[in-house]
Amino acid sequence: MRFDLSPSDGVPLYLQLIRRIQYEIAAGRLQPGEQLPSVRKLSEQLVVNPNTVVRAYRELEREGNLITRPGAGVYVSDTAPQLSRREQHARLVGEVDALLAHASDLEVGLEELLQLVRLRWRKGFGARSGGSEG
Amino acid sequence: MSTPVVQVSMLHREFGDKIALRNVSLTIPEGCVYGLVGGNGAGKTTLIRHVLGLYRPQFGDVRLFGLDPCAVPEQVLARLGYLSEDRDLPLWMRVDELIGYTRAFYPRWDGPFAEELLVAFDLPRTQRVKSLSRGQLARLGLLLALAYRPDLLVLDEPSSGLDPIVRRDILGAVIRTVADEGRTVLFSSHLLDEVDRVADRVCMLHAGKVVLDDSVDAIKERYQRCTVRFPQASATPPVLTGATPLDTSPALAGGREWRYLLTGPISSLSADLAAAHAELLDETSASLDEVFVAASGGRT
Repeated sequence: MRFDLSPSDGVPLYLQLIRRIQYEIAAGRLQPGEQLPSVRKLSEQLVVNPNTVVRAYRELEREGNLITRPGAGVYVSDTAPQLSRREQHARLVGEVDALLAHASDLEVGLEELLQLVRLRWRKGFGARSGGSEG
Repeated sequence: MSTPVVQVSMLHREFGDKIALRNVSLTIPEGCVYGLVGGNGAGKTTLIRHVLGLYRPQFGDVRLFGLDPCAVPEQVLARLGYLSEDRDLPLWMRVDELIGYTRAFYPRWDGPFAEELLVAFDLPRTQRVKSLSRGQLARLGLLLALAYRPDLLVLDEPSSGLDPIVRRDILGAVIRTVADEGRTVLFSSHLLDEVDRVADRVCMLHAGKVVLDDSVDAIKERYQRCTVRFPQASATPPVLTGATPLDTSPALAGGREWRYLLTGPISSLSADLAAAHAELLDETSASLDEVFVAASGGRT
């Protein structure tokens, strides 16, 4: 797993970590049965308090995303829920709202913003994600 | 309940007519990474010097492992590792000489661990201390503070003046020892980013007083920031009950939109919003930075 957490964000770090791991599972970058780094390793890699990782792993286990095999480590559960379309949308709503607020601050209208989104999509992101839009 | 590693009760300290600490009380339980934050002159270093037994309390009480560090310094200091901001190491010694010299003071010195750190920190063992860079000095200081596996690690501004890579290194080493042994750590910093990453609990000092003392997650969950749009522009933030302004001068939409830090539920704001014909634009968790600015700003 290669990602970083941002303390300057108001979201508690363990929540950021939970969302990030759920996202990796939903996107298929973490496969069912795959082993996650140990608490020590991940906390060192992310430079965060080990308790942050412990808490995130514990909550993910409770939600059925991860399972702990005593003495062996933490794994992605075989029944880890893949996100439904609706849940995927729910994940995006916050970021869309932030983008809209930002656009409004800069007095960029909806049409202009949509054009910009389409432009960025064509610039390669869409191709990478295998999308057909644009 | 086991004895707290650090217990400070009603500590008060004056230097001449300046009050450095005002009735400071705090508790650091075993295994806790405790971050001490505050601006220059807030009292962080004065507090740490009391914890180390370098200052005797004028009023109040300081206990480490249940002991008075001024009365039995040898019992307390043997269990305590300290890295100071200025890292005053003997400049004329070689790195390996300094390690051998320090080792002699500590019966619990862990030679293999010191060796491991020496390699991990990439320190040149035959160079003189005076020829080391700032980053190397910080790493060496940390090695000396960790190698006898102290029960309490005290770090005073461990990353001040260091570049981001060395800072990450130092924090990484602290995290490693916490993960391995559940060590208790007290560290001061003016970098909130660092405190957020490393600390379980954070204590904010402002003008010698504790203005906030809670777990990092609880603080973030408790405080929300919001943006409010008012019908008219103004030059100063409009007053809202239960909300502290985050901007002091117009920053958004020409003075019609203002950001606030909420200290209670959003519902406590609704009467004021209705009276001002104002509209709530968004509500998100606040960062530690914003909480601290508001916590200290509101009290000056």
